[in-house]
Amino acid sequence: MPLVAALLIRIMAITMLDDFLVRAALAGIGLALATGPLGSFVVWRRMAYFGDATSHAAILGVAMALALHLPIGIGTLIVALAMAATVSTLASKGWAMDTTLGVLAHSALAFGLVAISYVPSVRADLSSYLFGDILAVSRADLMFIWGGAALVLALLIWRWQRLLTATLSEDLAHASGINPAVERLALTVALAVVVAVALKIVGALLIAAMLIIPAAAARALSRTPEAMATIAAFIGAQACLGGLALSLWQDTPAGPSIITIAAVIFAASAAFGRVAQR
Amino acid sequence: MSLISAQHISVSFGAAPVLTDVSLSVDQGEIVTLIGPNGSGKSTLLRAMLGIVPLSGGQVQRAPDLRLGYVPQKLAIDRAMPMTVRRFLSLPQTIPDKAARAALSRVGLAKMEGAQLAALSGGQMQRAMLARALLTDPQILLLDEPTQGLDQQGEAAFYRLVEELRLETGAAVLMVSHDLHVVMAASDRVICLNGHICCQGAPHVVSSAPEYRALFGLGTQGALALYQHAHDHVHDGASGPAGPAGPSKDAFGRSPSDPHYGHNHA
Repeated sequence: MPLVAALLIRIMAITMLDDFLVRAALAGIGLALATGPLGSFVVWRRMAYFGDATSHAAILGVAMALALHLPIGIGTLIVALAMAATVSTLASKGWAMDTTLGVLAHSALAFGLVAISYVPSVRADLSSYLFGDILAVSRADLMFIWGGAALVLALLIWRWQRLLTATLSEDLAHASGINPAVERLALTVALAVVVAVALKIVGALLIAAMLIIPAAAARALSRTPEAMATIAAFIGAQACLGGLALSLWQDTPAGPSIITIAAVIFAASAAFGRVAQR
Repeated sequence: MSLISAQHISVSFGAAPVLTDVSLSVDQGEIVTLIGPNGSGKSTLLRAMLGIVPLSGGQVQRAPDLRLGYVPQKLAIDRAMPMTVRRFLSLPQTIPDKAARAALSRVGLAKMEGAQLAALSGGQMQRAMLARALLTDPQILLLDEPTQGLDQQGEAAFYRLVEELRLETGAAVLMVSHDLHVVMAASDRVICLNGHICCQGAPHVVSSAPEYRALFGLGTQGALALYQHAHDHVHDGASGPAGPAGPSKDAFGRSPSDPHYGHNHA
């Protein structure tokens, strides 16, 4: 009997995966599982602009991948890693981060858009790289998305206590034998992976939004870091599903629809937080 | 043997030397206090001994498997991060509920387990950090100006607590302070710092040392005199309680206008 059940589930899964909507929903949920906890760290460590710079660099990665005939995911991963490492290094050397990140984020986007204009085939669907194309997620994409998300989640869970301590206070981390630079590196790598994973779903311009908005929305509803990370993942998944529904119903672009729903949830949560505080 | 020791350590920020050739060690169970004016490198010395600040010379030695508890000067809690007092205690080591409750009640925060860290007052925050430091069963506590921002009562209560804990646990204490009056009462040994070690010894010895007077005598004359009248019964009649009164030469023949007044650069 269990064998038959397993077989049935498998057949169902295969046929369901044929439906582009199911694939889209699964892609969104996979992404949210990673962006919830990682986005929480982005909010706690005030790395919002850092996320922008890294995700904007993804466009440059797309151009590079197309020029060198690499898979898009690999190209974005490499360039995002390089950008995240650059920002991290400059930060540790005491550069004025606000200005530096502003320069890097916008330059990365501009360079990427210029570079990509040399690849004629892409000009037509440039918007899918800028705003995502979740409805066109293939099975291979889905594997890449879930693989990347699982990797990020595993990394964060493995180092959770150390990451939290280093985020709370680098001095306390040092005194407990934790090297904050290593934890920073772990987050940098996780961010680059998430950027590569999220590009197909919400696009380079909205990846940072997917990191920050669900986490910010979760803040008002949480008393511990774990609660915030979990709630952020849940809100992110809801935003993806809601955004897909909105997109189908109103024929709006899917990526921006997802962020719209996330923003509405944030507004509701912030209002609730205000009321709850009184 | 000593728990932790600094051997001829130097620290600079960029080209500016902050600490030059500082050596000190802390033995089991003693309370050692670092004092010195602002910018004298007290906190830097503590942070260098913890490995937070890189050394430009010398070395720090710890007893094997030393368990230490650290209470930083200040913990800037970002409101963006939700964190209860209870959760804070389990960072980075997960602590059983029973131990957490015991530590909190020991520092007088018994009912604050569920409170948000960011909502604590200055004194409560210091106590929460002390509770966390106690949970590793430390052989030595390192406290960096732990009473900054507390009122006089809170300050006295905090130091009383530290002294009680020393008696209960046998832990040594190395702390930074600029609250001279309390320090003098609660320390076994005082180290007076100003980029280098100016003088050190038992509190009453240091307070009558010319180097100490050169650093503190003029600026805090009033408060110090008041304190010494009230609490210090070891008067050495020769030099009086209130530091240098007039342009007398120091032990090395320098007048107070000399930048090296009170220092021995031999």
